[in-house]
Amino acid sequence: MDASELDRILVQHRREPSQLLQILIDVQEQAGWLPPDVISAIASALAVPRVRVESTASFYSFLHTQPAGEYRLLFSDNITDRMLGNTGLMSALCEQLWLEPGRLSEDGLVRVDTTSCTGMCDQGPALLANGRAITRLTVDRINEMAHLVRSRVPIGDWPPEWFEVADNIQRRDVLLDHRLSPGEALAAALDRGAAGLLAEIERSSLRGRGGAGFGSDIKWRSCRDAWGDAHYVICNADEGEPGTFKDRVLLNSYFDLVVDGMCIAGLAIGSSKGFIYLRGEYRYLLDRLQARLAQRREQGLLGRNILGRGFSFDIDIHLGAGAYICGEESALIESLEGKPGKPRIRPPFPVTNGYRGQPTTVNNVETLALAALIAVRGGEWFRAIGTPASTGTKLLSVSGDVARPGIYEFPFGVTVADVLQAAGARDTLAVTSAGAAGHCLDEHEFGRRIAFEDVATGGSIMVFDRSRDMLEVARNFAHFFAHESCGFCTPCRVGTVVVARLIDKLAAGRGSPYDLEEMAKMHVLMQGASHCGLGNTATIAVNDMLSRFRSVFESRLQSSEYEPAFDLDAALSRARQMTGRDDPGAHLGSNLSAIDTHRHPPDWGDATYAPFPATPSPAKDEQP
Amino acid sequence: MKDTFLLDGEEVAFTPGQTVMQAATAAGKYIPHLCWHPDFAAHGSCKLCTVRIDGRLATACTVRAAAGQSVESETEELADKRRTLLQLLFVEGNHFCPSCEKSGDCVLQATAYRLGMLSPHFDHFYPDRAVDASHPDVLLDFNRCIMCELCVQASRDIDGKDVFALSGRGTRSHLIVNSVSGQLAETRFAASDRAATICPVGVILRKRVGFAVPIGKRTYDREPIGAVRADTVHTDKEPG
Amino acid sequence: MAGKLKVSTVSLAGCFGCHMSLLDIDERLLTLLERVEFDRSPITDIKHCSPCDIGLIEGGVCNAENVHVLREFRANCKVLVALGACAVNGGLPAQRNALDVGEILQMVYRTGHGLAPGSAVPDDPELPLPLNQVHPVHEVVRIDYFLPGCPPSADAIWSFLNDLIEGRAPRLGHGLLQYD
Repeated sequence: MDASELDRILVQHRREPSQLLQILIDVQEQAGWLPPDVISAIASALAVPRVRVESTASFYSFLHTQPAGEYRLLFSDNITDRMLGNTGLMSALCEQLWLEPGRLSEDGLVRVDTTSCTGMCDQGPALLANGRAITRLTVDRINEMAHLVRSRVPIGDWPPEWFEVADNIQRRDVLLDHRLSPGEALAAALDRGAAGLLAEIERSSLRGRGGAGFGSDIKWRSCRDAWGDAHYVICNADEGEPGTFKDRVLLNSYFDLVVDGMCIAGLAIGSSKGFIYLRGEYRYLLDRLQARLAQRREQGLLGRNILGRGFSFDIDIHLGAGAYICGEESALIESLEGKPGKPRIRPPFPVTNGYRGQPTTVNNVETLALAALIAVRGGEWFRAIGTPASTGTKLLSVSGDVARPGIYEFPFGVTVADVLQAAGARDTLAVTSAGAAGHCLDEHEFGRRIAFEDVATGGSIMVFDRSRDMLEVARNFAHFFAHESCGFCTPCRVGTVVVARLIDKLAAGRGSPYDLEEMAKMHVLMQGASHCGLGNTATIAVNDMLSRFRSVFESRLQSSEYEPAFDLDAALSRARQMTGRDDPGAHLGSNLSAIDTHRHPPDWGDATYAPFPATPSPAKDEQP
Repeated sequence: MKDTFLLDGEEVAFTPGQTVMQAATAAGKYIPHLCWHPDFAAHGSCKLCTVRIDGRLATACTVRAAAGQSVESETEELADKRRTLLQLLFVEGNHFCPSCEKSGDCVLQATAYRLGMLSPHFDHFYPDRAVDASHPDVLLDFNRCIMCELCVQASRDIDGKDVFALSGRGTRSHLIVNSVSGQLAETRFAASDRAATICPVGVILRKRVGFAVPIGKRTYDREPIGAVRADTVHTDKEPG
Repeated sequence: MAGKLKVSTVSLAGCFGCHMSLLDIDERLLTLLERVEFDRSPITDIKHCSPCDIGLIEGGVCNAENVHVLREFRANCKVLVALGACAVNGGLPAQRNALDVGEILQMVYRTGHGLAPGSAVPDDPELPLPLNQVHPVHEVVRIDYFLPGCPPSADAIWSFLNDLIEGRAPRLGHGLLQYD
């Protein structure tokens, strides 16, 4: 990348250190990766230590500090993509391009790998081609893609229909059928004034739609009341939970309502500045969203003196770069400040110490859109929908084994069974009720209700029928968390990897009852001791699967005897290769068979010595 | 007049603004910890100081003391969690004590002794990061890092040099230094920096003094960690 | 008091330092022998385990033979103890784990200095093949107790064995629990 091009990007970002992540994203879009000399140049231009630039550059999956190829093809690897056959398609593509997954081709042309859920579960298998979403992959598309790569056809010239993303709205309710014109909600809010608006939000009992369900009025009031030089509104569009894609649809087709909601939040908390933190996977939406913001400025619906009413509020869009953890609000703020997305110590919470240390409200895309509805129709109207503790409707992203995957807007209180029926699910074995980070329900629980007081969810509903292997689901989730842990705290950084290895061990047929105990133990540790929601929720679904579908896991236990996690026979492979040996002594079998051969009749030495349980017990590897 | 809270049933006085850890330490009570150091802002990453505050799990280094709080620390449940956390750290890195100069002065090792950790329990990760011997006075062994960022803080906030940072994400997290080559010799680091002596484990080691004090006569050979007076628990200051 | 407890000991990928430390209990060995008899052990030169009460494993698992011996101990010992740093965490031999064992064999037998012409990697079926990595014993079989140390001191071994013989959960106080 030449110096003038870098300079243009730096100037565009005002050489502002908090724009570091945005600068790195822009540089990579031009150069394909982040070479060491460019990292040094950015550090000196921003007057920050080089080590900090490197720290940010190395944190995000979509940034590369090594050459990454002219074509960077990342298959979405959510369990729903797997169920739609992404693994076979990826192998086929690699075979045609003569590549190993995850390795750059020798000519530096192309690299094929996997990435976490890209939010296209209703139209997968999906992939990202240099950051641009491609949906509905088929064998034909893969064959043609291999040809296009080999012929070095620029991605911009690939068949446009590949890049089509459908909304797939299957059920509309008050939000998806809102019939408001752009700015209408904002005008209504201005009529009510900040105090009147907050009163309506309070009356509505609106709770945050990200999943945690914090009262929106409380969040906005505490933010408003917090002292600061400036207040900020952040729209959390880092929709990373595997299986959720509702924010994609809201941003694509309901963007004005979301922007109205942000302006309304600004009015409520006394802020004139908002940010949309858009996940990197939704990069394809960016240009259109930017253009619409510009239009709104021209229309007097954004910027200075909105609607001529003396209220000013403007919005910047920041991109993420492949880090699920940035959905956590304090990690998102760190990322917005250009740093690695590692959650902060809380308290203090963002409402008092958020972006640049100032009072900040971070709200889900859906929450903001609903706030806009409430500004027009009032809190009483909203509270009449749903249940007393969970008012209003909820957008559900439904995918997996259903006839009609897509977005379903239901009033809170709908049963899981009703959702399954609406989506055309048949022969359902299990439902994950809140993505990889939430509970997994079996058929006895389908009568439960979607609501904060029962089945709480951010909206990701993945459905698995009886043909599915829940161990593979658990394995997919466990690897997702191991990949997405930010690495800050011990239990999550190491624990997620330990759990993933344990499930791999079961899947490889080397599990024993000890390994199931270990998984349960890791769940207890991580759920209480982790620094943030990621670690605290990373084992919930897996633990549910372990208890609800125990026989699935137990059927994989090859041995009542402890077996190593690694393949002992394979561990002799290099030595066999070097010596050319293949005699029986050059091989090893499993523990069970070997230990049985050695075991003498149950005539244990001295019968009087029995200080320890006769049945195997966990190792005494610690002392009280 | 000071406020008080209960730590394992005993009253501990605190001044407003102090964390549970600060108040406990000032009162001569030991709560196990690795990433916390009295001279630096709480990091909150190692989770060894996980306690129950009014029944809820929290880290003592990050939660402010409050009057009437009931803090449980010395319970079998918490000791068990702490041992597991230590075991996770031991298998994640290369903590082969017999070959480590820090043995006997190592906070990780001493804490594991105190909590009675007899084995690493989990399967080892066997990290393989090249050691950095480029600097004339100091050696870096990155395979022993526990990601506490004390060196990052010391170098940035006290030495004003920003020599260190953590790089990568998740289990690929690792310590890096501020130079294009990644070599310590090309940074502004000096053996007289606070960052040179702050490492609680054996990542940052001064050359040529590794065995000046023989094994058996080192800090935690003399007394277990936590039994040592609170103000001398942190051994990073040069021995007088 | 009923008959003596049977104890087997072995050194896998170890240096026999832990066994030396066991002998270092000196005259207490006589007291110990009032309570235990040694089965398979370098002390007796018995080649295979018969059913035992306690098995002490020194050293990690670096080759196929280590795996067979460790399994024989697991099958025959009521209580299996990882004795010393190498058994507990792989120890010094495990420091080769970042290297490729094939390249090591190549270097040692074929490309290293001072080798006779035509030197080759030995392929005698009598020799156990090395594993790709060295593993602590608990990564291969279930282990009941761990006594760390390089080696564990004679006092630590004495205290540990006494607890075990008396049916108490072994407990090592300050100075006895050492990893180095």
